[in-house]
Amino acid sequence: MGKVVLVTGVARRLGGRFVRRVQREPGIDRVIGVDAVPPEHSLGDAHFVRADIRHPMIAKVLAEHDVDTVVHMDVNGTPLGRSRGRGSRSAVKETNVIGTMQLLGACQKAPSVRRLVVKSTTNVYGSAPRDPAVFTETMPAKSLPSGGFAKDAVEVEGYVRGFARRRPDVAVAVLRFANILGPGADSPLAEYFSLPVLPTVFGYDPRLQFVHEDDVIGVLLVASQEPGRGTLNSGTFNIAGDGVLLLSQTARRLGKPTVPVLLPTVTWVGSALRSLGVSDFSPEQIRLLTHGRVVDTTQMRETLGFTPKFTTAGTFRDFAASRGPGLLPPERLARAVDRAAAVLPAGTPR
Amino acid sequence: MADAKVIPFDEDTRARRGARASDPAGARGGSGEGGGGRRAARSPGSRRKGKPGLAAVAPEGDEVRRGKRPVVVEAAEQEPREVPVPEDADARSGAAGELPASLGALTDALGGAADRLLGGRWDRRVAGGLAFLRRRITGDYEVDEFGYDEELTDQVLMSLLRPLFDSYFRVEVKGVENIPAEGGALVVANHSGTLPLDALMAQVAVHDHHPAGRHLRLLAADLVFVLPVVNELARKAGHTLACTEDAQLLLERGEIVGVMPEGFKGLGKPFSDRYKLQRFGRGGFVSTALRTGAPIVPCSIVGAEEIYPMVGNAKVLARLLGFPYFPLTPTFPWLGPLGMVPLPTKWTIQFGEPIATDGYAPEAADDPMLVFNLTDQVRETIQHTLYKLLVQRRSVFF
Repeated sequence: MGKVVLVTGVARRLGGRFVRRVQREPGIDRVIGVDAVPPEHSLGDAHFVRADIRHPMIAKVLAEHDVDTVVHMDVNGTPLGRSRGRGSRSAVKETNVIGTMQLLGACQKAPSVRRLVVKSTTNVYGSAPRDPAVFTETMPAKSLPSGGFAKDAVEVEGYVRGFARRRPDVAVAVLRFANILGPGADSPLAEYFSLPVLPTVFGYDPRLQFVHEDDVIGVLLVASQEPGRGTLNSGTFNIAGDGVLLLSQTARRLGKPTVPVLLPTVTWVGSALRSLGVSDFSPEQIRLLTHGRVVDTTQMRETLGFTPKFTTAGTFRDFAASRGPGLLPPERLARAVDRAAAVLPAGTPR
Repeated sequence: MADAKVIPFDEDTRARRGARASDPAGARGGSGEGGGGRRAARSPGSRRKGKPGLAAVAPEGDEVRRGKRPVVVEAAEQEPREVPVPEDADARSGAAGELPASLGALTDALGGAADRLLGGRWDRRVAGGLAFLRRRITGDYEVDEFGYDEELTDQVLMSLLRPLFDSYFRVEVKGVENIPAEGGALVVANHSGTLPLDALMAQVAVHDHHPAGRHLRLLAADLVFVLPVVNELARKAGHTLACTEDAQLLLERGEIVGVMPEGFKGLGKPFSDRYKLQRFGRGGFVSTALRTGAPIVPCSIVGAEEIYPMVGNAKVLARLLGFPYFPLTPTFPWLGPLGMVPLPTKWTIQFGEPIATDGYAPEAADDPMLVFNLTDQVRETIQHTLYKLLVQRRSVFF
């Protein structure tokens, strides 16, 4: 008997990709995609159910299809597409928190559910100057995120922990993803890197970690199936590519000039832009771009048994290649230096 | 060393010379004693050589003393490795002067600083500087998870601190070989001087003088990571927040971690309390060392106390600015920015014998008695070495 996988949040690109990918896995019988709006992209052979996870109707879907694996990907920072109604921040928060509560309630009542995978974020650690440089899964954030997506994620994880206590027979995996980037990324961070000139916070050079979309799909596959030999795929795991990039490095690799702005100005301009609806730049994004955040991925490697294909730098290279050159392409700068190097020793008075 | 006393700041060379003349053997104790050279320095042979006093230096030491860095005779004999340093520095600064102005403009400040560091022929140095510049402007360099930019530290930040280390404070480094050539170790030092210049100088000392070229990764107060610019430079120089998690991770990776357990209590203590070690926190650094089995290397820094003699503390101003203290020195803030110039004291940094921590049971890190005992042992070692170095010191400035 094959497995039945239910995926939430399939109207998003990443959810859609995962649905298309997971149905190719051997031993998976059916894939059910759930979202409140129909996806614009194809879901392959998956069965799409238009349901809002904020409503108890989701319990019926679970029972009807005899679902045994639930992959909850509908925890998001930003609304899906600005023109599509589901716009405001409060609606996103409701989907994140109320949706998760409903979904978990439904799972609790569905005896067929054996496995739950939740997409979370490393935002739960916050970003503060008084934090340790590298977060492990067991470290509580020194300053809990005060609002926004990060707070949603903290609350979602709290509910998931409660669910894991009440249903000890269900294997629960919480995957905390670092900033997801890739050729098709549409996150606020990807938007930020698409600006012609990158505003940065004066006097701060945050450390950033990225995870590639392909690796996100890969690790979700690992977590949603039976664990491999010698590995354990229930628990909380940080998911990030190897290595670290500084914001200044990313700007240079993109070939984009930076404009350092004083921190109070950044906060003020950020909130002004947000209220005008120009940008989704949230305070926690600004904090990330001020203090940075790095997580430890030993658990991902050793316990979960997953090795990402892309390093942080590799992910960024892939992302940069998909975006076209900036104002100061690194190749051109490198050539200019090379030319200078070729000319200089010849004309040396030695 | 119970009879050792703190040498007052204004007591000058004259008084010390007098004492030296009356008791040359006692006063010269071991002006250049390296880590293991204590016995040797007191042996009859070396005492005879030392007897004329430091005013008349032994002939072979004469060349050394004419170099840029005043190296004490015995130190030069025991550590011949140190002798070439002044010549090297001369060659470096001389060659940097040859750079034509047009090139200087091209290679810009970064490249210029890099050139100062790289030895050899200058065109090779320019090529090296250009390669460095190329890597920097294209972002093609690595930083570790703590934000440590090794290339920038080696080529630029250290070169910026080196003049301060070599020429201004004329730091004399002793016993640097007590830091293991490989594996983790915890360097525990006293903290003083109002601004944490002592930590930076210890970093240069390890970077420039350790035979294996190791890097000291300093643990800094959270204030450092709150301040703009400072936090960026600190991270790039390999510093990280003083917390158990970071310290343990660094030690597990086999890094040399530098910690000043006195913290602000030591850094911002009044001038009258100079060279009196403050409380060593809760001994968290000892538990971390016990947990990772890393040896503890006590480090005593003499000279930093007098760079900014803190005679007063504007507490209200400090609270307003969010700083732990606001120093009032004879020159600051009365002379404005000029008051920020540290006094050119003569420094000595002595690394002591490592204290092993790998012989304890794994649960030892949670044993408060053991942790307190080890903390006290480290503290006493540093305090006694401080007194010893102070007795040997001829004057604050020379």
